[in-house]
Amino acid sequence: MTKTKAEKPALTEEEKKLAERKKNLRKARFNRYKAWLYLSPAIILLLIFTVWPIFNTIRLSLLTDFNYLGELRGKTFEFGFDNFVNVAQYSGFLTCLGNTMLLTVITVPVSTMLALIVAVALNSIKFLKRAFQTIFFLPYVTNAIAIGMVFMTMFQMIGDAPNYSSIGIINTIIEAFGGTRINWVNPGSNYWANIAVLAIYIVWNALPFKILVLLGGLQGVNKQYYEAAKVDGASRMRIFWRITVPMLSPMIAYVVITGFIGGFKEYSSIVGIFGDEMGPVGAPRSLNTMVGFIYASITENNQGRASAAALILFAIIFVVTMINLYVSKKKVHY
Amino acid sequence: MQNTVEKDQAVSAPQEDVMQKSMKEKNIKSVSIRQKVVKALVQILLYAFLTIMAISILFPFYWMLISSLKTLNEYNETIPTLWPRQFHWENYVTAFTGDLDLGRLFLNTCIVGIVSTILSLVVTVLSAFAFARLDFKGKNALFAALLATMMIPGELFTITNYITVSSLGWLNTFTVLIVPFLVSVFYIYLLRQNFLQIPNELYLAAKVDGTSDLKYLWKVMVPLAAPTLVSITILKMMGAWNSYIWPRLVANDAAHKLVTVGLRGASFVDLATNMVNYPAQMAAVVIVTIPLLLVFIFFRKYIMRGVSRSGLKG
Repeated sequence: MTKTKAEKPALTEEEKKLAERKKNLRKARFNRYKAWLYLSPAIILLLIFTVWPIFNTIRLSLLTDFNYLGELRGKTFEFGFDNFVNVAQYSGFLTCLGNTMLLTVITVPVSTMLALIVAVALNSIKFLKRAFQTIFFLPYVTNAIAIGMVFMTMFQMIGDAPNYSSIGIINTIIEAFGGTRINWVNPGSNYWANIAVLAIYIVWNALPFKILVLLGGLQGVNKQYYEAAKVDGASRMRIFWRITVPMLSPMIAYVVITGFIGGFKEYSSIVGIFGDEMGPVGAPRSLNTMVGFIYASITENNQGRASAAALILFAIIFVVTMINLYVSKKKVHY
Repeated sequence: MQNTVEKDQAVSAPQEDVMQKSMKEKNIKSVSIRQKVVKALVQILLYAFLTIMAISILFPFYWMLISSLKTLNEYNETIPTLWPRQFHWENYVTAFTGDLDLGRLFLNTCIVGIVSTILSLVVTVLSAFAFARLDFKGKNALFAALLATMMIPGELFTITNYITVSSLGWLNTFTVLIVPFLVSVFYIYLLRQNFLQIPNELYLAAKVDGTSDLKYLWKVMVPLAAPTLVSITILKMMGAWNSYIWPRLVANDAAHKLVTVGLRGASFVDLATNMVNYPAQMAAVVIVTIPLLLVFIFFRKYIMRGVSRSGLKG
């Protein structure tokens, strides 16, 4: 009796320890599952709408002229690289690729330079600085399609050629300064005039983000560098190229890379100005872009072609980003 | 500028003899006057440049506003007027009653915006909490994999997602506008960074007190991360307001059309003259633009915080 009485507490203590350890283990295991429980909504959605599309898009791009409706009817598609070959031979695709490249190559350097000058100017004034900052940020909080429609009305002439009832505000300003009116966006307008309008709009739209990032960078530059340069009597241009640009180079690299990525995905600004037709009246699709080509292929029920084009777009963006990173690794001062 | 000159003087003064010193002082005086003039000129140039840039940025807004208040006749005049002769507010009535059913578009956009924002916040908070506070096998690998998907352009997903939602029978529903874009890796990343800044001791203390995870998340972490949550809410609402490509592809019927799709799709043809009623179109553009500008004025700080880190619109 006494023996068991004496033994019992000892046993329960051991048992307690064991139970405790078991409880901890169970808790740890539960904690492990708990994390997955919290992550489950995100993971399920990502699996369906992000991970699966990556693999499926590659699959579709390798099925010649795959279309979803055809697959539903039990049609089979040939396996191979025909989509990529066909897409490259398709004249619409080359137009889209050319337009996209052209717009990117024009707008990224222009908007970066302008944003850099504006940021430096903003950084060297005090009075009204905040007001200017607010104004320069405004294009960012707008609807690309809606403001595109405004740009259209600014460049557009109203009525039928050659007796326009109104030549539009931009042409009025040009004529006021002694220039000749240009058919910017009306039927029969020149391709380069269209590109100019698009480039102006894209730069207008791209400035706020770049100014914000570059100005943020400028405010982080140590003032001592500038003071040292001033003591040495360096000129403003020299200070700009020898101190400001190198110190800002990480931010410049950042806005250039995001600018290129955005440029290759250009679409909404063209829809805003020229509408779904992606070109002036009489020349539909003359200003179409890569993204526009992909969407047109989806709605024309050729998801195979769309997939091939999307992968080509991804490859281009990837290569350009890598080149940018490589160049900036050599040039960027950290 | 004055400071550096004085410093210059202070440094060099002891090394000069008296004659040279007085000469140098004269020199410095003339130099400092010249510098002042140059500085003033530079300031004038800076302000001139900034003003010209500001005018070019603001001009489209101005043009949109005054065009929306003109009559169609005044709008079509040879030389455009820079200020409407008379304010014609009826263009705004036309915008609501014409072929563009703005009221319905607003309702649809608000439904999609609010529902997707709430659901997205719940999913984002739960995932960010798991990544910031809980330990599990493969956490870092999973997080890196999520970040890697951000590099892939969205168009690549759209093709398969279009097929997926079609086969689920979701075309022309609100579901198709809400569900596919509920999870944003960028938002999870943003909120996780914010959660990581909250000291772990708070969490351990709460555990000792026997507070459940969810209660701790709701009572401590969510309030502390409120600024980031506000940023996410605003960007998400703006995203719904501005989205065009996906809604146009999958929900183009009147009952589910979003505001941007409706705006671009409406013809604005004036039935009496058979001409495009641009003033009415501009009125609709103003109505679509104003809410965005209001949000910007009130939440400027939150928008800029989110923007400078994302590099993406919406």
